[in-house]
Amino acid sequence: MTATHTPPRSAGFGPAGPGLAGTTRRVTRPAIRWDLAIALATTVLFAVAAVWPQLVATHNPFAMDLPASLQPPSPAHWFGTDEAGRDLYSRVVYGTRESLGIGIGAALVSLSLAIVLGTLAALGGRVASAVVGWLLEVAFSFPALLLSLLLIAVLGPSALTQILAVGIGTAPGYARMVRGQILAAKDSAYVEAAVALGHSRGRILRRHILPNALRPLVAVFALSIGQSIVWASSLSFLGLGVAPPSPEWGALLDAGRAFITEAGWLTVIPGLVIVLLALTATTLGRHLQRFLEKGETA
Amino acid sequence: MTRTSSAEAPPTRRASPTPVPLRLVAGKAVAAVLVLLGAATAAFFAQAAIPGDRATAILNIRNGQAIERTAEELAPIIAEYHLDDPTFVQYLTYLRGLVAGDLGTSYQQHRPVLAIVADQLGSTVVLTLTALLFAWVLMIVWVTLTAGRGPRVRAVGGFVDTVTAGLPHYWLGIILLLVFALGLGWFPVIGGTGLPGLILPALTLAIPLAGFMGQATRTEFERALDQPFVLSARTRGMGEAGVRLRHVLRHAVLPAITLSGWALGATISGAVVVEAVFARPGIGSVLVSAVNSQDMPIVIGVVMLIAAFYVIANLVVDVAYVLVDPRLRRAA
Repeated sequence: MTATHTPPRSAGFGPAGPGLAGTTRRVTRPAIRWDLAIALATTVLFAVAAVWPQLVATHNPFAMDLPASLQPPSPAHWFGTDEAGRDLYSRVVYGTRESLGIGIGAALVSLSLAIVLGTLAALGGRVASAVVGWLLEVAFSFPALLLSLLLIAVLGPSALTQILAVGIGTAPGYARMVRGQILAAKDSAYVEAAVALGHSRGRILRRHILPNALRPLVAVFALSIGQSIVWASSLSFLGLGVAPPSPEWGALLDAGRAFITEAGWLTVIPGLVIVLLALTATTLGRHLQRFLEKGETA
Repeated sequence: MTRTSSAEAPPTRRASPTPVPLRLVAGKAVAAVLVLLGAATAAFFAQAAIPGDRATAILNIRNGQAIERTAEELAPIIAEYHLDDPTFVQYLTYLRGLVAGDLGTSYQQHRPVLAIVADQLGSTVVLTLTALLFAWVLMIVWVTLTAGRGPRVRAVGGFVDTVTAGLPHYWLGIILLLVFALGLGWFPVIGGTGLPGLILPALTLAIPLAGFMGQATRTEFERALDQPFVLSARTRGMGEAGVRLRHVLRHAVLPAITLSGWALGATISGAVVVEAVFARPGIGSVLVSAVNSQDMPIVIGVVMLIAAFYVIANLVVDVAYVLVDPRLRRAA
């Protein structure tokens, strides 16, 4: 039997399907989620580098070898060497812990602030919600990097300042999101039902509104770590973060800037690693988000 | 549930209940002034929160030393910056100065902040606006070509959006610099203020922005392709290019217009980094050196100027929105 028995397509009758437009076929389910698989693999790699850097590093990240300075990538030095002959690959590996730490720390600061402020703005009573809501608008209208720079000017540059600066700088955006989520949950049928059942305000907040409003934040947390690392490395790049002898990725970039004409790999490779991590975090976040949304509708 | 794809999701704009543009603009203008007041207040109290004696700090910054100072040395500084006034009086003096266009005096350079910044502002504004223009062109071309095509093309299109939107400015800048300035020699390595020096910095800012706006535009574009008006245009015999350019695109760019105002703020943040990569003059380099030396009047002055620029840009966006979407013009 050949394909002659396939039923003819409804020629123009019935609901105007996507067939007429011809270009809007929807792919419902890809066979293998390659992006997710790659993202999970790189996550494992980054986690190992952060926890047991000695397992994956090939050299001592601080050992100087002046005759071997500024060598391009080779089998002996996978990512090349810096101006003091230190192995860039091992430095990137050893820098993972600090860079990830700053990113995770900043994401935690940012989301904790966002939850507190967003909840206040949504449920804090008339005066509190007006004041906090207005504050959020003001803070949001500051470009986040400027808010961070203002904080660094006040506190002076250090890893802790970087965490606070990035965390506080990115918090207003998330706080607005939390406020929206809570307001949506507040108007939902299940909260109305809980009110009708006579549950207390505290119980409704704890048991119904917060869990539902904050669930999407799990995905946002992953996105936020990637974003925080990019922000923090931008600050280091400007010379306003962790100081250069440290192998933190942003500091590697800052140190490599001086040699951009003769040793481009010193900036290109750490930058590539940051991009890879940010992409990984974004991909994981997107999949988590989709997964959580599916869970809600099921 | 509201969709929250991006971390710093910009505000969603709704049609105002009184869609007369003039009233809308007036309302937005009042809100803008309030935002600026809030920014000024936050910046002032951030400065007041710096630990240590301020007069000593100012004198030490000015002379580039960190030593104890005697009362006689500090007296002229205290008089110059009115540091013996109560904080609240200082705050009012500061606000009065702002209204009159006085952003204070730099600790280090001992010149008015406005004069220092005015020298550099033009270069940054040109860079930012050029970047916005580039971003729009790149985004429209890319989305119109790839949105709503076959599954492969769509996947590639969306993937490019996601990747470019996440590229850090410093890294993209370095890559462009290495390839097009150092490698191919098409552009000067050190930016300068001329036109050839503008292309690479503007592209560095534009590419991530194009990816970011492209994500929103692509979704809208594919939704619009399913609309009845597209079907109606096709049955009239209009070609694919005509449908996309005349009907679908106009719908699809609405979210990107909203994003543009917000993006200008983000672009200025990026400009700070890009100016460092390309050694380009501008307020970014002024700002970074001021943060390093804790020259607070310059830091606050630049932050206020950028906030003002951002607020004005958003006002313009609100007006542009009404112009592009005629539905908002009709009385409700």
